[in-house]
Amino acid sequence: MRIVVDLNRCQGYAQCVYLAHEVFRLNGQEALTYEPNPDDARRLQVERAAAACPVQAIVIDRLDGEERGETS
Amino acid sequence: MTWRATVEELVREFRASGRIVIVGASLAGLRAAETLREEGFTGSLTIIGDEPYEPYDRPPLSKQVLKGWVPADHTKLPRMREVDADWRLGVAAIGLDRAAKQVRLADGEQVPYDRLLIATGTRARQWPNPDEAALDGVHTIRSRDDAEQLQKELAEPPSRVLVIGAGFIGSEVASVCRELDIPVTVVERGSAPLVGALGGVIGEIAAQMQRDHGVDLRCGLGVSSLEGDAAGHVRRARLSDGSTVDADVVVASLGSIRNVEWLEGSGLAAGFWGVGCDAGGRAFDINGVVTDSIFVAGDVARAPHVLYEYQFLAMEHWDNAVLGAEAAAHNMVNLEPNYRPHLLLPGFWSGQFGVNIKSVGVPPFGDEIVFTQGSVEERHFAAAYGHRGRIVAAVTFDHGKWLEYYGKLIEQSGPFPPPPPGWDQPPDVKPMPAEFPDPRVPTAIPDVVLTGHAPSERTAEFRPRHR
Repeated sequence: MRIVVDLNRCQGYAQCVYLAHEVFRLNGQEALTYEPNPDDARRLQVERAAAACPVQAIVIDRLDGEERGETS
Repeated sequence: MTWRATVEELVREFRASGRIVIVGASLAGLRAAETLREEGFTGSLTIIGDEPYEPYDRPPLSKQVLKGWVPADHTKLPRMREVDADWRLGVAAIGLDRAAKQVRLADGEQVPYDRLLIATGTRARQWPNPDEAALDGVHTIRSRDDAEQLQKELAEPPSRVLVIGAGFIGSEVASVCRELDIPVTVVERGSAPLVGALGGVIGEIAAQMQRDHGVDLRCGLGVSSLEGDAAGHVRRARLSDGSTVDADVVVASLGSIRNVEWLEGSGLAAGFWGVGCDAGGRAFDINGVVTDSIFVAGDVARAPHVLYEYQFLAMEHWDNAVLGAEAAAHNMVNLEPNYRPHLLLPGFWSGQFGVNIKSVGVPPFGDEIVFTQGSVEERHFAAAYGHRGRIVAAVTFDHGKWLEYYGKLIEQSGPFPPPPPGWDQPPDVKPMPAEFPDPRVPTAIPDVVLTGHAPSERTAEFRPRHR
């Protein structure tokens, strides 16, 4: 799956880190870093993390692979 | 039939069966395509990109990708909806014929359009000496391929990395090197890291932060030459003070160049700082007349900004690509008075040395700075920039939750020094000069630039060193 975090919006509340620590990490106190294309097995975790984000900064792909229609 | 009805009919027809071409297949190009479909455009959509990859996100490249946590091909951008486009990836646009309304591609093909979106962005400025730039181990970082190759070499690991230029990218690379426990030397022509973007007062704090993390930081110096071994691998750099640095990986982070060369001869207001456009993304021609069919978005766009005395602002920021693309795409398929302005309060972030640096507004527009919250010693603070008694920007180190407060003040042209937020104020709140370098000094080009008032103005030029 694909995600992107709007880091302008992110304020480092770190709720996502608690809910999906394999995908989201804090580098220091506030700087969020993340895996942009996590394994599909983590989908539920990631969706919970996105739902829990107080500033709704996590954007999740709304398409399946076939619908993107590209080759690479 | 009235004129109004006729024009509305034309727009309806264009939305149903017009031809839109987007040149640039990165964040801005993708979000524009999605917005066009969202707005009901059902005509043909062609997206042209010079890289062979579908749209991917660049900010992770100099952070989690370099560090080796995330593979470079794991940066593909999430999609908001289907775009049903004809993707021409791996082929660059090399010309624009406005009379024939065609984009010329590197493979010789001509792609016709009714409306065109220019979203060609920027590329990394290469090390100016081509022979030295071609040495193995010499890098820039802009693309997925760049990051992948550099990551491999950092994993070796090298005996020392030399970073040339301490803007945001250079500083992030140095940070990753230290996290990987690789010795790193940073050479910066300006007085401190980040000085072009945030000024000398913040630059000094950034310098101390780098040194505390073991970076061999050398400011006020340039690199005169790079030397390779017999096998053509870089081994050493000679600095402008005559000293040398032994390094087997060199990262040139010298800022970016706007991808406007393909527009030469098109008569658009395209130049060093990008393509001039109005706040709705409509491109200007060289005479300052706004075009009807050509739009601009993302890093390559420069538009007048109401908050900054209507100077043309060029922004290499993530949300400028997203929001600028959305506004331009909306305007491509709508009519006055339903045009939407792209009036973004600029904002960026940078994670380095375990600190989250964030900003709103345009710091270089300010000439004064005041620390308003927190503690500089603990690198946990907020500071505001002022210009003639008005707050024009703010920066935070690990204090991002407060940016919204300052952002609102900036939007309202609030006073400087700003009213205290009522919490966590330092004992000594006193404005001081922000110490930005003279904009004509060819160093540390910030990633948000005020570029003057004329659509084709060109107020500063980077001059590579000639020996």
